Amino acid sequence: MSTIGYESWAVDLKDVGAIYPFQGSEGIMVFLGLVFWIGWHVLQMRQEEAEIEAELKAENREEAARKLIDDY
Amino acid sequence: MGDNLSTVNVIFTEFYYWVTVVFMFLIHVGFCMYEVGASRRRNHMHTLMKNTMAIPLVTVTFFFFGWWIYFAFPTGFYWFTFVEDALFYDPNLVAGPTSPLMGTHLSGVNETDIAAGITADGLNGAAIWHRLNGVFWAAFLLFSITTASIVSGAVIERIRMGAFWMIAVLLGSVLWITDAAWGWSAGGWMVKYLGYHDAYASGVVHGIAGGAALAALIVLGPRLGKFRPDGTAREIPPHNPWMVTIGLFMIYTGFWGFYAACNIPMISPASIGGQITGETWTTTNIYLAPTTLSAITMNFLMALSGGMMAGYVFSKGDAFWTYSAGLCGIIGASAGNDLYHPIQAMLIGAIVPYVAYKIHFWVERTFKIDDAVGAVAVHGYGGFMGVVIAGFVLWGAPSSPYEGFAAITPWGNFIGACIMFLLGFIPVYILSKILNHFGLLRIPAKIELEGLDFKGRAAYDAAAAEIQAAECAMLK
Repeated sequence: MSTIGYESWAVDLKDVGAIYPFQGSEGIMVFLGLVFWIGWHVLQMRQEEAEIEAELKAENREEAARKLIDDY
Repeated sequence: MGDNLSTVNVIFTEFYYWVTVVFMFLIHVGFCMYEVGASRRRNHMHTLMKNTMAIPLVTVTFFFFGWWIYFAFPTGFYWFTFVEDALFYDPNLVAGPTSPLMGTHLSGVNETDIAAGITADGLNGAAIWHRLNGVFWAAFLLFSITTASIVSGAVIERIRMGAFWMIAVLLGSVLWITDAAWGWSAGGWMVKYLGYHDAYASGVVHGIAGGAALAALIVLGPRLGKFRPDGTAREIPPHNPWMVTIGLFMIYTGFWGFYAACNIPMISPASIGGQITGETWTTTNIYLAPTTLSAITMNFLMALSGGMMAGYVFSKGDAFWTYSAGLCGIIGASAGNDLYHPIQAMLIGAIVPYVAYKIHFWVERTFKIDDAVGAVAVHGYGGFMGVVIAGFVLWGAPSSPYEGFAAITPWGNFIGACIMFLLGFIPVYILSKILNHFGLLRIPAKIELEGLDFKGRAAYDAAAAEIQAAECAMLK
């Protein structure tokens, strides 16, 4: 058994096509890839929202902002 | 026509490796930038010179004996061999420092060559090897310098230069090239008997460097002030986060050369001389098994992307860890990136840095290890996991085009990953202990606090003050 479909390289390369593991599972791989991508956006936006909320609730923001403006 | 085709192929291959060498130099620009960026201002020049001087020191030692080791050790230690094998060139003819092939050499054979035992045919054949020896040496050398430089970042701001340079020579010109002979060559015993598969050096370069860095760190100890009296770790922020991240960006760029250099760009089945039949030429990995430049280009980018995306989320947008996770993503997928599907590369590239990140902070808390740039995590844990994962995902695939070689298996790659890590860890631990015993490993605490750039600082300040005073006087 070989995950790439070839157990030896005793082949004529002109007859060889796909050599990646788990051929035939492309649909599942794409699904998992899409879950990763969409999931990333969800997580990132949640994190960003939490960070902004925390900053808005912080005290002495005006003083800190004035210093940052001065610092340029 | 046949001769012309061979000539074009040889000169194309020569140029191909030359380009990879140029690209790989950017890795060292990146290492210097991010190490200096991570260090505090009083340690800049020490940090820079410590890494920079590893380049010439590994270069000359790799000329004298590193390249010879690659050809002499595939079956063990040259004088003591684990297996019988005849797949490789004669090390003394090809890579010994007195070989005519280690000097400027064209494709032919003259009296000097004949006197040295070099012939025009066979494995030392003029047509294939004579012109290529130098660029192959250089490509492997750049891997050597990279391996040594990985340790450099972990130990900044307290190691003596002399100690680091001894570790760099040991790792760059002896240890890594030994593991390359064993597990990253067409005739290596680990490939033959374990089916070890590590196409883009997850373990061969990164795993061993991580093991070496961890060993050095254990003996060296943390930077002063890194841990609070209660044992919890303090953050020591980089003095210039911009420079750190651009340095890592530069390493990504150099990594393209690293990847390309791991391939043989164009070779015929007849030249491979293995089981492949027919006349279709191909690109191969270092084991001479088929792959394509397209495959590794897609997989490199997808693994990088998986690592950066995961790193951004798990580090909550921290720039250093996002970039480092991208690098770790590539390293995690590298062992199998000659064969993976791009989505597999992306997912592996996302998972490996997350686990490495968690282990990094667990080790820091538990064992008080101060890895200043996360080198052990990114390269050591990332590389180790990458090799192990490749054993599972590529289970049963042929490790080599030659008959009688073991197939890729989880246990073969796991044993191989352990060998890589320990081959870095054990010798560097012993060397560090010896250096420490003689008081040669660590900078004294007083100077560490004062800053490692103590040498020449007074002269620098005096010169600056003098020119400032002179210029001010001219204004009056």
